[in-house]
Amino acid sequence: MPAYRPPHIPACEITPRAIFMSRRQFMGTAAASFVLAGAGGALAAPLTASPGPFATDETLTPKEAVTTYNNFYEFGTGKSDPSQNSQHFKPLPWSVKVDGMVGKPKEFGIEELMKLALEERTYRMRCVEGWSMVIPWIGFPLSAILDQVDPLGSAKYVSFETVVRPGEMSGQTGLFQPLEWPYIEGLRLDEARHPLTILAVGLYGETLLNQNGAPIRLVVPWKYGFKSIKSIVKISLVEEEPQTTWKNSNAREYGFYSNVNPAVDHPRWSQATEQRIGEGGFFKVANRPTLPFNGYGEQVAGLYEGMDLKANY
Amino acid sequence: MPSWPSLPRKLHGPSVWALYAFGLCPAAWYFYLGATGGLGFNPVKTFQHLLGLWALRFIIATLAITPLRDLLGINWLRYRRALGLLGFYYVLMHFFVWLILDRRLDFSSIGADIAKRPYITIGMVCIACLVPLALTSNNWSIRRLGPRWSELHKLIYPVALGGALHYFLAVKSITFVPFIHIALVVTLLAYRPVRKPIMSWKRGKSRVAQATR
Repeated sequence: MPAYRPPHIPACEITPRAIFMSRRQFMGTAAASFVLAGAGGALAAPLTASPGPFATDETLTPKEAVTTYNNFYEFGTGKSDPSQNSQHFKPLPWSVKVDGMVGKPKEFGIEELMKLALEERTYRMRCVEGWSMVIPWIGFPLSAILDQVDPLGSAKYVSFETVVRPGEMSGQTGLFQPLEWPYIEGLRLDEARHPLTILAVGLYGETLLNQNGAPIRLVVPWKYGFKSIKSIVKISLVEEEPQTTWKNSNAREYGFYSNVNPAVDHPRWSQATEQRIGEGGFFKVANRPTLPFNGYGEQVAGLYEGMDLKANY
Repeated sequence: MPSWPSLPRKLHGPSVWALYAFGLCPAAWYFYLGATGGLGFNPVKTFQHLLGLWALRFIIATLAITPLRDLLGINWLRYRRALGLLGFYYVLMHFFVWLILDRRLDFSSIGADIAKRPYITIGMVCIACLVPLALTSNNWSIRRLGPRWSELHKLIYPVALGGALHYFLAVKSITFVPFIHIALVVTLLAYRPVRKPIMSWKRGKSRVAQATR
């Protein structure tokens, strides 16, 4: 009798080499997702949304560009700072307080907002610095929540505020802080109620990443990108024009309206053309003319009838 | 004055050529990155910005030669011409990237930019001032111009100040990197008016030290 009889193992029970060799990778992924879940990050969870109006048929900017080429000074002033420095930011739990001149002030939990009818809105985004993208946002019209709080007749403007968390937002600490916090933005009430104006909770079919303004941000496609404030914690209805951050920082260069306008130069550069990010060959040169109201003139020009857009830049 | 280990004389020439070669490496590397998609999603802006930053760095290095010799006894005078010329080459590259890749040779918008935007006007004036400096950065010109050469090359002071101002005006907000560069330019320029009193004080001190020995 042989001293040892090898057990018979059926072929179907043998783990393919590629799978057992990928065990470490699997463990790594599992550990990473556990860490992320533990950090409260609602990072890139799938979202379902119905197709929304105003969609452009221009080529979408690659997702990698949309999620790594960002301006979000709370995480630093470099374009890659937001994607590199925002991993410790906790977008959950989250709530948005809506107050001011309203009949029914309310604090909305993010879960409640995610349950609103979500739409996919593919918009052009034009940065004041002269570059642009085409982004498939997911969100809902801002008017959907304004309607729930009963704005009073005296309310003329809407003011928005970004969270202040120096512990999680490296741009909010240290000697050289580029702006004053909290970041404040504002719209006229009719601009805020315009059907193009949305609060976005996702892009490219997933919830927002921290660098894109998780968990909830404004998107106003006919204005320069800095108006589309990120990581919003407070929305107030007010009577006076809000003291917005960039205007406070440099009123000559950044106005309250900041409608995209190729005819009104930034004092330091022309706004007549834009560099479309993610396109072009050699050195990705992809200049195109900038359109008035970023191409949304048909929808929004009426809001500014009779107004001098050069004086109200 | 402390003494520093000095380079053997026969290596002086080669070390200057090595400086030219190393000095042009950042430009070559960024060009390679930009042409192969490694400079991010807006490579023209990034390339232009990095070239400008290196131009300012070489100008800062040029200005640092005199105080290094005065205060630390390091004599790198033989590298000053190379540093100055490298600064000029980077300024030129910065300018041509703006002209060709950024403005796409659209001369009407280029003219408007130069006329209307102070930081671009300052940049153009600085380039214009650097040209005679670069053209006279050779032994023949030094011999030919005599004492006027030193007077002419004092133009580097307003150019450095203009470069720092150009940078200050071009950025959206002053963060650490612009602050350091601008502060270095200002410090090195501020050294010039106090140089004479500092040097005569130092000479006086060493004379006293010698007398009491």
